[in-house]
Amino acid sequence: MKINLKNIIWITMAVLALVLSSGGCEKKDGGSKQAGGGQEQFFPMLVYRTGPYAPSGIPVANGFRDYYDLVNKRDGGINGVKITWEECETEYNTKLGVECYERLKNKGDNGATLFNPFSTGITYQLIPKAAVDKIPIHSMGYGRTSAADGRVFEWVFNFPTTYWSQASAFVKYVGSQEGGMDKLKGKKIALVYHNSAYGKEPIATLEKLAEQHGYDLKQLAVDHPGQEQKSTWLQIRQYSPDWIFMWGWGVMNQVAIKEAAAIGFPMDRFIGVWWSGSESDVVPAGEGAKGYKAGAFHASGGEWPVLQDVLKHVYNGDMEKARANNWGEVLYNRAIVNGMYNVESVRTAQAKFGNRTVKGEEVRWGLENLNLTQERLKELGMDGFVQPVKITCADHESGGSVFIQQWDGSKWNPASEWISPISELVRPMIEADAASYAKENGITPRGC
Amino acid sequence: MIYREAGNYKTTYAADQAIFTLQLDRVFMTMVMVLAFLVVPLWANEYWLQAVLIPFLIFSLAAIGLNLLTGYAGQLSLGTGGFMAVGAYSTYKLTTAFPDLNILLVFLLAGFFAALVGIVFGLPSLRIKGFYLAVATLAAQFFILWLFNKVGWFYNNNSSGNITAPPRELFGLVVTGAAAKAQVRYLLSLGILTLFALFAKNIVRGRIGRSWMAIRDMDIAAEIIGIRPLHTKLLAFALSSFYCGVAGAMSVFLWLGSAETEAFSIFISFQVLFMVIVGGLGSILGSILGAAFITLLPILLTNVPLLVGLRIPIDLQKHIEQIVFGGLIVFFLIVEPHGLARLWQIMKEKLRRWPFPY
Repeated sequence: MKINLKNIIWITMAVLALVLSSGGCEKKDGGSKQAGGGQEQFFPMLVYRTGPYAPSGIPVANGFRDYYDLVNKRDGGINGVKITWEECETEYNTKLGVECYERLKNKGDNGATLFNPFSTGITYQLIPKAAVDKIPIHSMGYGRTSAADGRVFEWVFNFPTTYWSQASAFVKYVGSQEGGMDKLKGKKIALVYHNSAYGKEPIATLEKLAEQHGYDLKQLAVDHPGQEQKSTWLQIRQYSPDWIFMWGWGVMNQVAIKEAAAIGFPMDRFIGVWWSGSESDVVPAGEGAKGYKAGAFHASGGEWPVLQDVLKHVYNGDMEKARANNWGEVLYNRAIVNGMYNVESVRTAQAKFGNRTVKGEEVRWGLENLNLTQERLKELGMDGFVQPVKITCADHESGGSVFIQQWDGSKWNPASEWISPISELVRPMIEADAASYAKENGITPRGC
Repeated sequence: MIYREAGNYKTTYAADQAIFTLQLDRVFMTMVMVLAFLVVPLWANEYWLQAVLIPFLIFSLAAIGLNLLTGYAGQLSLGTGGFMAVGAYSTYKLTTAFPDLNILLVFLLAGFFAALVGIVFGLPSLRIKGFYLAVATLAAQFFILWLFNKVGWFYNNNSSGNITAPPRELFGLVVTGAAAKAQVRYLLSLGILTLFALFAKNIVRGRIGRSWMAIRDMDIAAEIIGIRPLHTKLLAFALSSFYCGVAGAMSVFLWLGSAETEAFSIFISFQVLFMVIVGGLGSILGSILGAAFITLLPILLTNVPLLVGLRIPIDLQKHIEQIVFGGLIVFFLIVEPHGLARLWQIMKEKLRRWPFPY
């Protein structure tokens, strides 16, 4: 081929034109941003609809979108302020997460309202930025556990519960199943975890509890993305644990559940973190997944009034379309919960600053003064769906109770009551970790 | 016509040895520098600096590092990510242990540690070549990341295994961490890259670079004319790892702010290798062009539909981006297997003959 500059330029332009035109032929995404007159409250969305984490990312992204859509269509926005949003694809990749954050943080009438990274890695990167850019982060049940200490992490919230609370609740649950915490002595617990900041979160708590209760803890790391776990499960066979805990995400979950079924491990002794307990994790494993348990801090299914509202207002009653968009699945419901927290924080902020578009700083105040009582949840159609939440200046976690749900082959059922965390163990750990972060980064904790 | 040697007389040895012997080149380079150092920080917004330009500068540095090793000394390496991780983690350890130490000095020390690790993993290169060496360096990549993930000491035993850049000052300005202005971080990255690129350019033009190229082109012949493979190859590994280590330190401290080992995965090693291949093996300019191609093009492709007002579903957009990106890599490698640097050279030749080509 003759190398000719003109040819090269022409071909490049032709390729670009082809791309653009092929893009133009695709259907336009009508829902992603609503153009509305007057005031708008902009919610950035860091999503991952592609890559190895897509099975977990798609229901989450759909849930957020549908809840915002619901508030716009049913209530006409938050006290008359329309919600707008824009998605940015991160592939659960921290580097793309930074790019997305920078792209979205100044959009909308008053900049981004708050960020929900839905990735512990991205959350870690955004935590220092939050205070500088004055945009709060709500990492709901993920991210840095010690962000629960609001004195150090003024701009970061992780209610309604954290990994450490959950880990302690798991141990409590195992104790109750074994017939008392004293029966834990000599038991063997294996922790299968995603080898990242996320997966490592529970280790310190589980180790501490192992010291206290005398169980044996074996840590088995699974490297990103977790499609290959043969050696991990061979080790589990050799170790033959009494219980397995799993901190997995994305494609790793279904692989682990399949492997557990393949080695014939009793599934009711296999408990996943709340990020390892959704439909997309268990369905691929088929019959083998029956009996598998996972933590949760909200209910699943579609019978709740809020989900019926979504069905009615967003999908016009079209059940098939709603199901195709993961309606009623665990992770979809989780995004509904998160969307509700976001909207209610804005509403709380509006109560103080006026019914208009609120800035990140004002939203931070809203988050810190969020008080979702039983009555308020009932109004929102979420009574019994989630636990009431009350955030304070010092406590950005609030409560921290979880329950265990179990897969019966077709749906998730609650398998326990709400289990409160071992706060007297977890809270001092949180404060110690927050203090060391403050020291390392030269932060003076504020008085609360 | 536009770009030619005529009228440029070299009257001193220094003029003859200059990097840019032509007046036109010097003017052009000065303009680029003025643009990069003065215009860009004033004009660019935070998105451009933080998400586009800073990663480009950092990966340029890493690509120069790998190009020294692969392009000039002919040693194929897949350990770039690992060496970058060594730089990042040593910077973290050093600056948390000695908070008062000048951060630039810490970067250099971190590069020094990376160089040591590079030498250790470069030892097999004395016995094995080509793809087999690539596999040996792959071991470095996996071992280093495993080590940093496994041993809590490297990340000060925090619960997540994440390293976070603490705020550090230089000349009274905060340069690292989230509190640092994007402009400051950009200028610091650019300054480091400029100095390191200049240094690399001079290394490869001199005795060391020539001995590397001799080893690359035929190691037995090189040995016969008196080049010691042990010294030459290990020096290439050391310098290359030094560059990669500094790039890794910068990527955490000047760009990401916080990272785990995943940020230096095998994917990064491949990416830097692609930069070197697409940009041009054995060319400093090629490393920078390659880094621009690999880091900037996906961002451009993501933003093009938004700029022209198209609303494509985000997953489809990502897939299109990947297809186009892959297609363009193949395209450029077909039209110019010697990389973008060669294209630049061809362009200069064309300009020389224009408008009377023959």
